Amino acid sequence: MSEKKTAWERMQLVHTSGRPTVRDYIPLIFTDFYEMHGDRFYGDDKAVMGGIARLDGRPVTIIAQVKGRDLNENKACNFAMPHPEGYRKALRLAKQAEKFHRPVICFIDTPGAFCGIAAEERGMGEAIAKNISEFMTLRTPVVSIILGEAGSGGALALGVCDELAMLENAQYSILSPRGFASILWKDASREKEASEIMRINAEDMVRLGVAEAIIEEPLGGAHNDLDKISENIKEYLSQKIPEKCQKDIDVLLKERYTKFRKIGEFIE
Amino acid sequence: MFEDFFNVVKKRFNDSDDEYKPPMFKCPRCQATNPLSKYEELHRVCPSCNYHGRLSARERIAITVDRESFKEFDADMKSGNPIDFPEYNEKQEQLRENTGLNDAVVTGTALIKGSPVVIGVMDSRYMMGSMGSVVGEKITRAFEYATKNNLPVVMFTAAGGARMQEGIVSLMQMAKTSGAVKFHSDSGGLYITVLTDPTTGGVTASFASLGDIIIAEPKVLIGFAGRRVIESTIKQRLPDDFQLAEFMFEKGFVDMIVERKKMRSVLSHLLKLHGFDKKEV
Repeated sequence: MSEKKTAWERMQLVHTSGRPTVRDYIPLIFTDFYEMHGDRFYGDDKAVMGGIARLDGRPVTIIAQVKGRDLNENKACNFAMPHPEGYRKALRLAKQAEKFHRPVICFIDTPGAFCGIAAEERGMGEAIAKNISEFMTLRTPVVSIILGEAGSGGALALGVCDELAMLENAQYSILSPRGFASILWKDASREKEASEIMRINAEDMVRLGVAEAIIEEPLGGAHNDLDKISENIKEYLSQKIPEKCQKDIDVLLKERYTKFRKIGEFIE
Repeated sequence: MFEDFFNVVKKRFNDSDDEYKPPMFKCPRCQATNPLSKYEELHRVCPSCNYHGRLSARERIAITVDRESFKEFDADMKSGNPIDFPEYNEKQEQLRENTGLNDAVVTGTALIKGSPVVIGVMDSRYMMGSMGSVVGEKITRAFEYATKNNLPVVMFTAAGGARMQEGIVSLMQMAKTSGAVKFHSDSGGLYITVLTDPTTGGVTASFASLGDIIIAEPKVLIGFAGRRVIESTIKQRLPDDFQLAEFMFEKGFVDMIVERKKMRSVLSHLLKLHGFDKKEV
């Protein structure tokens, strides 16, 4: 690892404007990318994108949460906060991948699922629950990578996988430190304190058995060298995807469940 | 000294004054005030608007299953402190004392009018019924037991969501429980969810939404995001009926709304319709 940073420092880093998004990475990691649209029920959520591409020549399905690179892009993709149809699109593409025996690669980058009237009306809870349970038994390898922030069930809906990797400065949390401080201490301004207490860094995730790998970022963060960080992500995927594809699918599914099954701390 | 004595007398006097007014229940839905005894008599249902109030897990089990048929799983399981959250252990000690529970869910086997079930009941008095390691593990084990023994599962949910004091470990319980539900479902198992007040957050976004049949009690709160969070996001006040059981029913996420007094017999009929007739467990 290049340098030790506090959770708060990393949080600033992943919110730096110019931090690469999935749209920056795709052309540098994959070839022949075709984007697919819509959930076939309601609409096409721009906060979640997906499609088919090749990784080292092998067809793969990509599913990703999309951040914008400027305000206009962010407005279009709702700041990467999906509605239920975004998760249903993700599940549709995952099922398609299963049918055509393509491994699935998910890129997670979201503050959380969108909190709004329409999202509730269209069943956000059901959409996330469905993804979590369906991905658990999806009969094709799934590898997920957290690019920046991963907040709550909105991230987990793309995070039930055979292996989870995190970029070095990426964070995974039950909700934003701001929301955490606001609910627990009724004081959103204590978000810095919350960020340190919550254990949201990549090293915490590896220690708690939530993530398996950390992908090194260039000095100062991913935005400083897009080619280098893309190369690191590609190197990770080029090793993991063939490894997972070689495994017997029933063994893989058993291991996938076991990974989550054993998380928790209790006394009997 | 004399003043103290005077205050004590005054307080007693006021207390005895209060005895003339019976304790009242103010409904959180319709704001009507009724005698608490009336509300309790109806098993905590508002006499004015039919809002179905909160029951403890033990009370729920008592009105749902056959007398003395309940056999509890994992009664002694207690939570660790996976992210060393300050004062988490102390807070739980106190809650254990106040509620007589070791965590926010009670699970086990029981009979409902003779039909064998695995039952789980969440208790909102224990840290808002939030899901941490213990809730996740007990629910997962309950589904695994049901899968192994070909039993149906009836789950009464009541939760504020994932338990923040266990951080990411709580979030992972959503995956763990949903996985166990999926394996139970794939093996042909019947799962009936009963959504009670309140069912929100990470519990709505996991096992609460995965039932083959989803029942809700009248006027209970059901949703993913909290009302305050949505209001602050969209900067407008939400209608009063937003996220109530009837709203979720209209939107297609609930099969039926069932009153508490009919719940036991509805559950019994549904179990029998799926072939779970009287049997010893």
